[in-house]
Amino acid sequence: MNSIVNTPILFDPQLATPEIDFGTPESTSTETVTLQIDGHEVTVPKGTSIMRAAKQLGITIPKLCATDKLEAFGSCRLCVVEIEGRRGTPASCTTPAEAGLKVTTQNGKLAKLRKGVMELYISDHPLDCLTCSANGDCELQDMAGATGLREVRYGYDGENHTKAKKDESNPYFTFEASKCIVCSRCVRACEEVQGTFALTIQGNGFRSKVSAGISETFLNSECVSCGACVQACPTATLNEKSVIELGTPDYAVETTCAYCGVGCTFNAEMKGNEVVRMVPAKSGKANQGHSCVKGRFAWSYATSKERMLSPMIRNAPTDPWRKVSWEEAVQYTAKRFLEIQAKYGRTSIGGITSSRTTNEEVWVVQKMIRTAFRNNNTDTCARVCHSPTGYGLKNTLGTSAGTQDFASVDETDLVLLIGANPTDAHPVFASRMKRRIREGAEIIVCDPRRIDLVDSPHVKASIHLPLRPGTNVALINAFAHTIVTEDLAAWDYINERCDTKAFAEWLEFIKDPKNAPEAVADLMGCDAGQIREAARRYARAPRASIYYGLGVTEHSQGSTMVIGMANLAMLTGNIGMNGAGVNPLRGQNNVQGSCDMGSFPHEFSGYRHVSDEETRKLFSDAWGVEQDPVPGYRIPNMFDAAIKGDYRGMFVQGEDIAQSDPNTHHVEAALNNLECLVVCDLFLNETAKFAHVFLPGTSFLEKDGTFTNAERRLGRVRPVMPPKTGKHEWEIPVEISKAMGYEMHYNNAAEIMEEIAALTPTFKRVSFDRLDNEGSMQWPITDAAPMGTPIMHIDGFVRGKGLFIKTEFVPTEERVTPKFPLILTTGRILSQYNVGAQTRRTMNNLWHDEDVLEIHADDAAERGIKDGDLVSIRSRKGETSLHAKISDRMQPGVIYTTFHTPSSGANVVTTDYSDWATNCPEYKVTAVQVALATSLSEWQKQYFDFNESRRKLEDMMK
Amino acid sequence: MSIRIYVPRETTASSLGAELVVEAIATEAKYRNLDVTIVRNGSRGACFLEPLVEVETANGRVGYGPVTSDDVHELFDAEFLTGGQHNLSLGNVSELPWFKNQERLTFARCGLIAATSVDDYKSLGGFVGLQNALQKSSADIVKEVLDSGLRGRGGAAFPTGIKWKTVMDAQPDGEHTQKYIVCNADEGDSGTFSDRMIMEGDPLSLVEGMLIAGIAVGATKGYIYLRSEYPLTQVILNEAIANAHKAGYLGANILGSGKAFDLEVRMGAGSYVCGEETSLLESLEGKRGEIRPKPPLPALKGLFGKPTVVNNVISLATIPVILEKGGKHYANFGRGRSLGTLPFQLGGNIKHGGLVEKAFGLTLRQLIEDFGGGTYSGNPLRAVQVGGPLGAYFPAELLDTPLDYEDFAKAGGMLGHGGVVVFDTSVNMARMARFSMEFCAAESCGKCTPCRIGSTRGMETIDRIVAAKSEHEREYQHIILKDLCETMESTSLCAMGGLTPMPVMSAVKHFKGDFQ
Repeated sequence: MNSIVNTPILFDPQLATPEIDFGTPESTSTETVTLQIDGHEVTVPKGTSIMRAAKQLGITIPKLCATDKLEAFGSCRLCVVEIEGRRGTPASCTTPAEAGLKVTTQNGKLAKLRKGVMELYISDHPLDCLTCSANGDCELQDMAGATGLREVRYGYDGENHTKAKKDESNPYFTFEASKCIVCSRCVRACEEVQGTFALTIQGNGFRSKVSAGISETFLNSECVSCGACVQACPTATLNEKSVIELGTPDYAVETTCAYCGVGCTFNAEMKGNEVVRMVPAKSGKANQGHSCVKGRFAWSYATSKERMLSPMIRNAPTDPWRKVSWEEAVQYTAKRFLEIQAKYGRTSIGGITSSRTTNEEVWVVQKMIRTAFRNNNTDTCARVCHSPTGYGLKNTLGTSAGTQDFASVDETDLVLLIGANPTDAHPVFASRMKRRIREGAEIIVCDPRRIDLVDSPHVKASIHLPLRPGTNVALINAFAHTIVTEDLAAWDYINERCDTKAFAEWLEFIKDPKNAPEAVADLMGCDAGQIREAARRYARAPRASIYYGLGVTEHSQGSTMVIGMANLAMLTGNIGMNGAGVNPLRGQNNVQGSCDMGSFPHEFSGYRHVSDEETRKLFSDAWGVEQDPVPGYRIPNMFDAAIKGDYRGMFVQGEDIAQSDPNTHHVEAALNNLECLVVCDLFLNETAKFAHVFLPGTSFLEKDGTFTNAERRLGRVRPVMPPKTGKHEWEIPVEISKAMGYEMHYNNAAEIMEEIAALTPTFKRVSFDRLDNEGSMQWPITDAAPMGTPIMHIDGFVRGKGLFIKTEFVPTEERVTPKFPLILTTGRILSQYNVGAQTRRTMNNLWHDEDVLEIHADDAAERGIKDGDLVSIRSRKGETSLHAKISDRMQPGVIYTTFHTPSSGANVVTTDYSDWATNCPEYKVTAVQVALATSLSEWQKQYFDFNESRRKLEDMMK
Repeated sequence: MSIRIYVPRETTASSLGAELVVEAIATEAKYRNLDVTIVRNGSRGACFLEPLVEVETANGRVGYGPVTSDDVHELFDAEFLTGGQHNLSLGNVSELPWFKNQERLTFARCGLIAATSVDDYKSLGGFVGLQNALQKSSADIVKEVLDSGLRGRGGAAFPTGIKWKTVMDAQPDGEHTQKYIVCNADEGDSGTFSDRMIMEGDPLSLVEGMLIAGIAVGATKGYIYLRSEYPLTQVILNEAIANAHKAGYLGANILGSGKAFDLEVRMGAGSYVCGEETSLLESLEGKRGEIRPKPPLPALKGLFGKPTVVNNVISLATIPVILEKGGKHYANFGRGRSLGTLPFQLGGNIKHGGLVEKAFGLTLRQLIEDFGGGTYSGNPLRAVQVGGPLGAYFPAELLDTPLDYEDFAKAGGMLGHGGVVVFDTSVNMARMARFSMEFCAAESCGKCTPCRIGSTRGMETIDRIVAAKSEHEREYQHIILKDLCETMESTSLCAMGGLTPMPVMSAVKHFKGDFQ
């Protein structure tokens, strides 16, 4: 079993090309103008600045306040030019190119003026270039050189800011005010790119200075630490602490972020094999050079000391771990799996793929299960988040994926946001959405909480429907009912594109007065008039889009709701064009990909059912193992079967089921029943506490492969360092498989993608080569669409005719009663991610180190609860305790918490209820009672005891 | 019959005790059981006579001034209600040379009427211009303004008609494009007060001017951006707007024409640079008052990104008379490219301070000597700054420069908003030059580098010139100052930094001896 890890696949630094800054944004005009700059003719789109036109010619006009990620500002005055026939010396950044202009960018007069401006800058700047953290990466330094400044005649004893105080409050970057040149790039980035408006220029004249909020520290201000300001800063003023410590990077490798489903492209800026900083790439089609606090800064978990780098085995979870060789670990795993199968049958083992690993890694895990395990017991953690999306969109439209690209939001006139909180969970996309809203698009928010997009600087939802958790379907039906009965439907579109018979049946159903806003308003806790108005606005907008998240899917009617949204979009003709569509916001980086890769128990890659003979034959032939026509276990079935004793061995990759899956008591009982639990992860997570084998996985910085984001975009993940574990993660299933008797043959990850493309029609034209050379693409990537498909269903639905499906509202069994009078719902916060395995190992804890219970003041007062009190949360399933936070975001009767910390025990309380179609758990609705607590819950005490005993085992290992 | 007594409700008069005078007159009249009506007019512009009390008599409006409350008892005793003689007697005010020699078009009504009365306003030709405008097409209104030769009275002197035409033609969102009329009433230039005087004395002329502008360019909403230092003006403007509303001149259907126009007064927050039109727009939008680059012109992308007319108070308040009497009539005043009249404001070390509206073309000397009566101190005049804090300092030798945009530019100065500040021989011009830099440093919006840093370095450099120990050192510092001024002038984003060198370099040029 020779490892092939030594194959050199690391990025060649020589290939790195620095990004060119054109100074001002690209003009999208289709009209062009031709002008002369320094005697050279250049043709540019109308609206292009003279500065950008010059750069296109290769002429660099000195500049400091201009950068092509921000609108032209015109403050530094270095970029002055002369234009024949015009007075004065206009700034080239703010002067648009016009036909016939004759521009001079350099002559004696301009040189003198620029030197004069530069002299002023340097008269108020420290002269510590050699020891400055931006030395070698400073635009001010560059411009001093470019303008030929040799002397500052004002001297340095005049009034200045060189003694200004440094703000080091942010864990990731410093604000060194003494080096600030007040170009406002940070302020503008905060406004234009991020849309948070946390920064401003305070004071005026010489006293003008950048300020976070009103003289606050960066950490205490509204700053969300997205890094846009740091990236925009031309000097050392805003600089990464990692750069201050390590110095400037040598080269950059373009890769894809491993956090949420936005899938931002980053340049990992490197020194040798060490990451100096992660900088969002302008070329990234999903993020256009923007980032959030997680992707930009919170990557230190990847090299955390807590990472396990060696395989480990033990006989029982109560034994100490034993570090072993890869060889031994693999053989041990194979042996135990084979023994279990021999004893309990072929279907007694299975595995779970991860939404955090690459497509290629997911592929080999499900392949291992379908070949070496010889069954379909493969499921993915997408089960517990977006499985209803796949089901609902597949059945109505024909594809288990969102219909648009992110860029589509730039064209939308109205955003209908349901059960998603993008500013926290998908921040980079939220910034893009906010920009569109600032441009004039309307937003309607349907969410039990008053999320930021309801009301924040320069964003005001026209309508907020604070519906009670669990009533989504009543809402979507009321919308459709209003549109139908008020004759606002797109009848022609429906007749042309949809199954009219199914539509007619649906129409009868939806017209029923029981679906009227007035009939359901009380149940939802919303105003019927507002519901009607929201429906009208959605229907009347020229281009209306739906964006949704787990607030839609994680319900017992999750699939019904997804179908309802697809119905609504078809009803109004809002599918198949830019600016419209039904758009799931995926939680994790590769939720879409893990679903696409055939890791569901009933589907091969590309969503083809295992009962389909033709597909089965394709895979049986390709893999040389007869494929099973019977679907395998879903995750909840695995737990049930484990408790029953039918399921005894499990391979879990990159998902912490002990923390993330609902009804913790039940999950723990199942895990305790397993005879062989194999965990493949970066860390000894909660699940690993029950495991027999631990196989260390790789971080995204070591992976070679692809992630597929929420817009179906395949982005390359490139290794910037060799695997710290000595093995590529995709090799692990390959080797276990081999040890179990089935051999796979790949020399590298690219060959895995070759196999995926060969066996998956929607991936036909995908290859690493193409992605490397032509950039990221959105599937389907086929002969008909070789460059991918940004927007789906343009000329008609993938399934043929769009199918309206009736969406009867069946309330969840989980009801509030006098004993459990409140509804607990869950969500995320910006600084933490999912179960926190990554972010809790970073300094993001400074923003959020504890999950709290958000509760309305009335509910709190009724129970004598004050802000900060420890309270117990008791459901029919269990009890936990958290500190209370009285919040006006909440409505009475609904409480909220995040689930980023294991000891919070959010899932001790959640129930077994799940989506009727896909078993996606109903995380979002749990009936609970809340009361003042004097101590932690029993579960939490046990948790800490258990943790302590496991920790002792780990210590024994060392 | 009730006797009408006029006492200005106006900031200058009030600051000199007009309110006490009103109270005293009312009390005295009551005590003497005399039937009087006190009319609150605006100032007629002769600040040196304020508080000017006028009585309507059979022989016209007879004036007394400056009156203090202590004088009131005596005035009654002197039977001023019938025009009786008193040592404060001024006779028929309109016949005083100060007024008689003016050419009042914009200020024709100012001080004569009850400031916010629609009836009073109409009695002297008010709203005739509007009536005429309502009969005309947009293009014809704009043509009338073009014909008048009116140029922006805020100081930049850009032809008002051309600005209006640009806004009229701008329809980025089709024919229903939202447009705005913004009145720049952030009168921050030192030594200027004409905006305030017209807003306090004849606010309806501004309302009418903005209305006509709205009709001409297709704007339905107007904003008056008023400096925070004018609280009384705010009250008077709002009263006038409310009265105009009541009389059907503002609202959804102006005089039944089907045209809509509404007006709002918005207060500034004490920033000088918000008088620059683009930072005014930023401020009006609720943002930090910071200069926007041009292009795009506010006429195309102005308030909230929509086509916007931004005009000074005087420009807009002059529109009614142009539409009332015709553009040609207005163009009969003045000369060359400086047509019509300009309300000059005399201040500083001057004997007769106040507002003088005259056609362009008289000389600075005529203004200062004939109307102003020379220096207040009686010492010889040493320097005059025309055009606000960014205007050039002229020495006495330039007093014969005609007051005309082009002639002033030729002489190295500018007329600006028409403020004239006089200095006598006690002035030190190096200190004045330093003050110009100081003013810039204090009031710069801080956006562009030459203005933000240059103004402070300018102060320091002038200090070094004055403190220089050798002639050589002084000359070296003069070179630095000259280079700095060149940089500021050529590269500043707006006129604040761009024009600060004008007073500085004019002081150096004409008064170099003071720099030591």
